[in-house]
Amino acid sequence: MGKRVLVTGLGTFWGGRVAQALERDPDIEVIVGLDTTEPSVELDRTEFVRADENYSILARLVKAARIDTILHTFLVVDSTEVSPRVLHESNVIGTMNLLAAASASGSTVRSLIVKSSTHVYGSNPEDPVWFTEETRRSRPPRTLVESSLLEVEGYLRDFAADRADVSVTVLRFSNVLGPDIVTPLACALELPMVPCIAGYDPRLQFVHEDDVVRSMLFALEHDVPGVFNVAGDGLLPWSEVARMCGKRLFPLPPIGTGLAARALKLARTCDLPPEALEVLRHGRGVDTRQLRRHGFRYDYTSAGAVEHFWQAVRLRETVGEVEPIYRYERDVEAFFRHSPAVVRDEAP
Amino acid sequence: MPGEKPVDLADRRALVHLPGLGGPTGPAYDPRLGDVDEWGRSERVRQQVRRLYDPVYRKLFRVEWEGLEKIPKGPALLVANHAAAIPSDAPVIMHGIEEELGRPIYGLADHFFRQLPVLGTLWSRAGGVVAHPDNAYRLLREQRQLVLVFPEGTKGSSKTYAERYRLRRFGRGGFVEIAMRSGVPVVPIAVVGAEESMPTLTTIPALARLLGLPYFPITANMLLFGPAGLLMYLPAKFKLRVLDPVYFDVPPDQPRYSRSRVMEEAEGIRQRIQEALYDMLSRRQSVWRG
Repeated sequence: MGKRVLVTGLGTFWGGRVAQALERDPDIEVIVGLDTTEPSVELDRTEFVRADENYSILARLVKAARIDTILHTFLVVDSTEVSPRVLHESNVIGTMNLLAAASASGSTVRSLIVKSSTHVYGSNPEDPVWFTEETRRSRPPRTLVESSLLEVEGYLRDFAADRADVSVTVLRFSNVLGPDIVTPLACALELPMVPCIAGYDPRLQFVHEDDVVRSMLFALEHDVPGVFNVAGDGLLPWSEVARMCGKRLFPLPPIGTGLAARALKLARTCDLPPEALEVLRHGRGVDTRQLRRHGFRYDYTSAGAVEHFWQAVRLRETVGEVEPIYRYERDVEAFFRHSPAVVRDEAP
Repeated sequence: MPGEKPVDLADRRALVHLPGLGGPTGPAYDPRLGDVDEWGRSERVRQQVRRLYDPVYRKLFRVEWEGLEKIPKGPALLVANHAAAIPSDAPVIMHGIEEELGRPIYGLADHFFRQLPVLGTLWSRAGGVVAHPDNAYRLLREQRQLVLVFPEGTKGSSKTYAERYRLRRFGRGGFVEIAMRSGVPVVPIAVVGAEESMPTLTTIPALARLLGLPYFPITANMLLFGPAGLLMYLPAKFKLRVLDPVYFDVPPDQPRYSRSRVMEEAEGIRQRIQEALYDMLSRRQSVWRG
């Protein structure tokens, strides 16, 4: 019997990507995607269900579709995406509802995979160069993203302890770069001059967007409970990253950096959220050996991710946006999936 | 289902991408431009620093080493007494080891340095690393490097001239525990000369609190040279004596080591450095000529 997977946040970049990858796996029997917004990528057999932002229909859905695996891709790790209220709502309340659904009586859920972020470690001067999964952060969180992720991970820890029959995998991703993903740091690198904090040249770690998706699928296939850092090899000084992209640095003042970042935002250049500014001051490195020990291999190093990202930017600058624009039409999707008129290949 | 068939991860690479882009190039390929290592140290910057610092080392301090051959070929944790308002001993030891032995060395120090704009970055490029047990373990155990640490910390460098060459408490012996866990010897070094290179006459705690500094010293150099005294050292003669390495007969990688044993070893090392200092000072003819 194949797996029956629920993907949260189907309308987001990650949800769409993960669902696309899952569709290619014949071992996955059913893919249900949940989100408040329609999917933005073309999907063959994923069923889209619209939910409100705190996922109140989850318990019914999990029961009805006999979901055995939940891929929770919808933790917001970038505070520029949503308002503070929505961030709390979807991270904390959304996850609580998810856990309630997974532990309801008669629940068939056996595996839960969560996409978290290395923001849970913060970025402080006292930090070690490499954080392992067990290292505690040096100072209490100051930004909303960090505190909400810490709260969520706390619930997940309790859940994993209470429910020995459910395997809980938390993947903490470092700064993501790649051809398609838009992040505050990617946005900064696309500016004519790359903002930095004057006097600081932090060392950063990157992970390629493909490695992010691959690691989630790896967790799904190999059943690896626990918490894992996911990041490419190597730490790069921010100045070197800018140099790899052929850019000069634009120093922001070290005092009042937040105000300067606001000015950049108002000038409609780039929105650098507080959690990104922290990383641009002291950097962050995470030890990735734990997941490697289970057999996961990366396609890209930190520098490889930067290079691939920059190749894509160069191409876009020349030929423009080449991805087809996809629009979700409920009736059309329903026709292709369920109408008896459509000739479908027999499932293997 | 897991275990039924080998997982072909190559299959998964066909995610939607801009067409025509170069795909994954494998972890072996690394398109880096700089030489900054994971600790923030850059050999290129280190070379520049060595070139600029060499006259200070040779002409101003006229550094003399004794027992350099006692430093083991493998990894080791070097510990020394700490002095001078802006410590002159750390650069002297690091420069000396790199010049004389041709090996890189990493200096552990308080995270205070990392916070400073410009200086913090330079400090890190020149081989400074935040004194975190994880950092020390990785440097010693996994990368088999030489690491320098001053167990007295700022308690050593903030003491006034009247208390010169009287070693402070060696913290809680954390350096011994790190050496035990990493399975490396501790090499004690006694340094004479640093105390006189920038003597602290008094400290102003209120000003230190205001500026967020560990201490605010009034040094003889400041009185002599004004604000330039922050950068100018007095030409004290430096003598360094490397003492016999201390090997701990304990298995590495234990979660915990006996507290009393750690404290005992730390105190023993402190006493040996103190005795060596008294011995060196009793032979010293002049602060400036050695």
